[in-house]
Amino acid sequence: MEMISAKNVSKTFVLHNQNGVELPVLHRAALSVNAGECVILHGHSGSGKSTFLRSLYGNYKIDSGAICIRYGEQDNERIDLVKATPRQIVQLRQQTLGYVSQFLSVIPRVSAIDVVMEPLLSKGVSYEECYQKAAHLLTRLNVPEHLWQLAPATFSGGEQQRVNIARGFIMDYPILLLDEPTASLDKTNSEVVIDLIQQAKNKGAAIVGIFHDSYAREAVADRLHTMNSKEV
Amino acid sequence: MSGTYNYGYLDESTKRMIRRTILKAIAIPGYQVPFGGREMPMPYGWGTGGIQLTATLISPEDTLKVIDQGADDTTNAVSIRQFFCKVANAKTTEVTADATIIQTRHRIPETPLTEDQILVYQVPIPEPMRFIEPSEVETKTMHALEEYGVMRVKLYEDIARFGQIATSYDYPVIVNDRYLTNPSPIPKFDNPKMHMNPALQLFGAGREKRIHAIPPYTKVESLDFDDHPFEIQQWDESCAICGCQDSFLDEVVIDEEGNRTFICSDTDYCRLNLEKQGKESVDFVAFQKQQSGAE
Amino acid sequence: MLHLDEKPILEVKDVSKLYAENKGCQQVSFELYAGEVLGIVGESGSGKSTLLKLLSGQLASDNGEVLYIDREANLHSLFEMPISDQRKLLRTEWGVVHQHPSDGLRMNISAGGNIGERLMAIGERHYGDIREESIEWMASVELAADRVDDKPSQFSGGMQQRLQIAKNLVTKPRLVFMDEPTGGLDVSVQAKFLDLLRRLVIELKVAVIFVTHDLGVARLLADRLLVMRHSQVVEQGLTDQILDDPQHAYTQLLVSSIVR
Repeated sequence: MEMISAKNVSKTFVLHNQNGVELPVLHRAALSVNAGECVILHGHSGSGKSTFLRSLYGNYKIDSGAICIRYGEQDNERIDLVKATPRQIVQLRQQTLGYVSQFLSVIPRVSAIDVVMEPLLSKGVSYEECYQKAAHLLTRLNVPEHLWQLAPATFSGGEQQRVNIARGFIMDYPILLLDEPTASLDKTNSEVVIDLIQQAKNKGAAIVGIFHDSYAREAVADRLHTMNSKEV
Repeated sequence: MSGTYNYGYLDESTKRMIRRTILKAIAIPGYQVPFGGREMPMPYGWGTGGIQLTATLISPEDTLKVIDQGADDTTNAVSIRQFFCKVANAKTTEVTADATIIQTRHRIPETPLTEDQILVYQVPIPEPMRFIEPSEVETKTMHALEEYGVMRVKLYEDIARFGQIATSYDYPVIVNDRYLTNPSPIPKFDNPKMHMNPALQLFGAGREKRIHAIPPYTKVESLDFDDHPFEIQQWDESCAICGCQDSFLDEVVIDEEGNRTFICSDTDYCRLNLEKQGKESVDFVAFQKQQSGAE
Repeated sequence: MLHLDEKPILEVKDVSKLYAENKGCQQVSFELYAGEVLGIVGESGSGKSTLLKLLSGQLASDNGEVLYIDREANLHSLFEMPISDQRKLLRTEWGVVHQHPSDGLRMNISAGGNIGERLMAIGERHYGDIREESIEWMASVELAADRVDDKPSQFSGGMQQRLQIAKNLVTKPRLVFMDEPTGGLDVSVQAKFLDLLRRLVIELKVAVIFVTHDLGVARLLADRLLVMRHSQVVEQGLTDQILDDPQHAYTQLLVSSIVR
C-alpha cells in the first residue's frame, strides 16, 4: 500500500532580508514509499535531503507539487499536505506521521521519561501504560534508570539523541521520518536503533530516512532514493 | 407649627418626587433607587435619608414613633421627634403598636408590626458590596447582572479567618430572590424580622441619595453557606428589668466600678413585658441607681 | 482516522478595531479547535493585545464577527450577545489570565477565596467543599495547601500567576486567553510556569489563545501561530513551520533575531 506519494515537489528559499537572495533546493522531486519499506534519501550535502524530509512532515512549506499521505485503509483516505489545514496536519502528526529529528529539542524542566511519554499521553493513553512503554524503550536504548527523572538538558549528545529516538518510537506510527537517527550514537546503540527500525518495518510502517552512517544505512535500507540537485 | 415651613418641612414637589421614588423602590424590592435628596437642617450621618422619607409620608392622621438603638429616649430619637413636632405638628408615641410610622436607627422593634404600619430605616451606606468593590459603575453592573459571588467571598473569608461568619450587623440579605441588599446596620438578630413582614419597610440613605424598599410579605433571606447556616445572636442572660429572654439585650454599665447588666434594647417592648406582669414601668436612671445602691 | 469534519469551537471572521491607521488590528480571520493552542506573536504596537482583548470580549470591535460554540453546542455571536451572557461565558467556559496578576486577582482576599469565587458565583453553597476544591486546584498549580488562607500580596510573582491560572481553571473552561503570561516573571521562574501550562493544556484539553513577544515561549506552547505586524496578520500556520521555514519577510526578520 502506497503510504507516501510526493510528486513535482519544488522549493526555493527566499531570504527577504538578505536582498531577496533565492536558494533553489528542490526541483520537481518525487517519491513513493509503500508500507513496510524503508527508503533512504541519498545525495551529497546540500542536495535537499533534509529539506525534502521536513517537507514530508509539513515542517517546511513547498512552493509547488503535492505530497499525499495515506492515513487510513480506504482508497480515499489520503490527504495532500499542501492543501491540508494546519489542524489536519496536527492530527496527522498525532496519528500517522512520526518524525525523529537530528537533535533533541530540549524543554527546560521536563524529565527524560516525560519527554518520551508525551506523544502517547496526549492521545489519551493511560499514564501507567505510557510509563511502561517509555521505560522499556529507554532501557533498550541503554539510558540508565537514574537519568529518567532528570531533564535531558545536562545529558550528553548521545544520551539526548537516544531520548529523542525513544520518543519517536513510543507510538507505532504508520509513517516514520528519520533524520540522521544514529549520528551521535556508538555501535551498540546504533544496533538498537536498527532493531527498532526493523521492528517498525515488520509492523508495516513506511520509513523514510537520512543516514550518513553507511553501516546503519545498509542494514535498514530497502532502496535508495537519490536526490538529484542537478535535476532541471 | 412654625409658619415658615411647609408641612413636613419639604416642599410638595419634592415630596411628590420622593413618593415616586418610593413607588419605584416598592416595584423592585431591594433595588437602590436614586433620588434628588435635599439639604436637610441636620448634617449627613444624622438620619437625613430616613427623615426625608418620614417627611414625605407623614400626614395629620399619622402617629410617629422614633427610636435609636431601640430606645425612644436617646438624643437622636428625641431630636428627630421634636423636629417633626415642629414642622408637621405630629402626633407622637413611644408605644410601637400605636404608631403608624416608625423611624428607626439600627434596630427593628421587637413588637411584631402590622399591615397598617410603615417602618423607615436610616441607612448610612446602601451598597452592600461597597467595601469590596469601590466602583459605583461596577457595583451597578453587578446588581444588574446578579453577580453576587463577591459577597459570598466575603463570608468565606470570615469563616476562613474566624471559623465563623463574623458579620454581626449589617448582614447582607437577598430580597425577593433577586437583589442583594444592605439591611442597614441592624444586628443580624433582627434580620429574620424583615422576612414576610406585614409592614412596609423603607430604607433611606441621605448622603448617598438612595431609597430602597421591602414590600409587605416579601421573602428576605440572609446569605450563608449550607454548612455554616445563618444564626442569630443568643444570650445566656435575660433582661434585668423585665426578665424577658427572647429580645435583643444591651450590655450596660451600671456603676463606677464597671459592673454590668443586660437589659432589653427595645424600651417599649420592655415596658410592655412589665405591663403584662402587672408591674410599673421603670425609668432606666432610677434602675441604675437602684442597682448600684444594691451593691 | 482523521476528523476531517471537526467543527471549530471559535470562528473569527474579518475582525477589526483600529485606533488610527495601522494601529490596532484589522481583517483578522482564523478558526480554533478544541484543545488547540494558538500563539499571537509580534512586536509592541503590532496589535496583538488589541486582538486578544477583542476576542475575549473586553473591547468592542469596529466590524467582523466572532462565533463561539459552547459546551452544549449552542452558537454564540460574541459581539451580538447581551453583556450578561458575555460575562457569564467569561465566568464559566472561558478564562482570562492577565499579564499582571493584580488585574486578575483580588489582592486582599485569600488564595482560597480567590479560587472559590467562581465556584460561589456558579451556585456552590458548601463552605467545606469549596475550600477543599480550592486546595486541590492550588496543588495542581504547585501551590502549597497551607497557603490557602494567605493573600496574593504575600506570594511571589510566579506564585501569583499560578494562582491566577488556578482561579480560571476551576470552572474547567474550554478556552483561556492569556496576555503575555510570562511577561512579568523572572527567567528562572518562567520555565516552571511554562512547564505547568503545557501540562495543564495537555491534561485538561483546554484551548488557549495567548499573546507573546517571546518566540521561545511561542515554540514551546503553541500548536499554531499568528504573526502580526502593524495591525495585520502577515503569516499564520503551524508553529514549527512558521519558525523553521518563515515565508514572509517580517517573520524571517523576527525569527532571525532570536539569540540561540
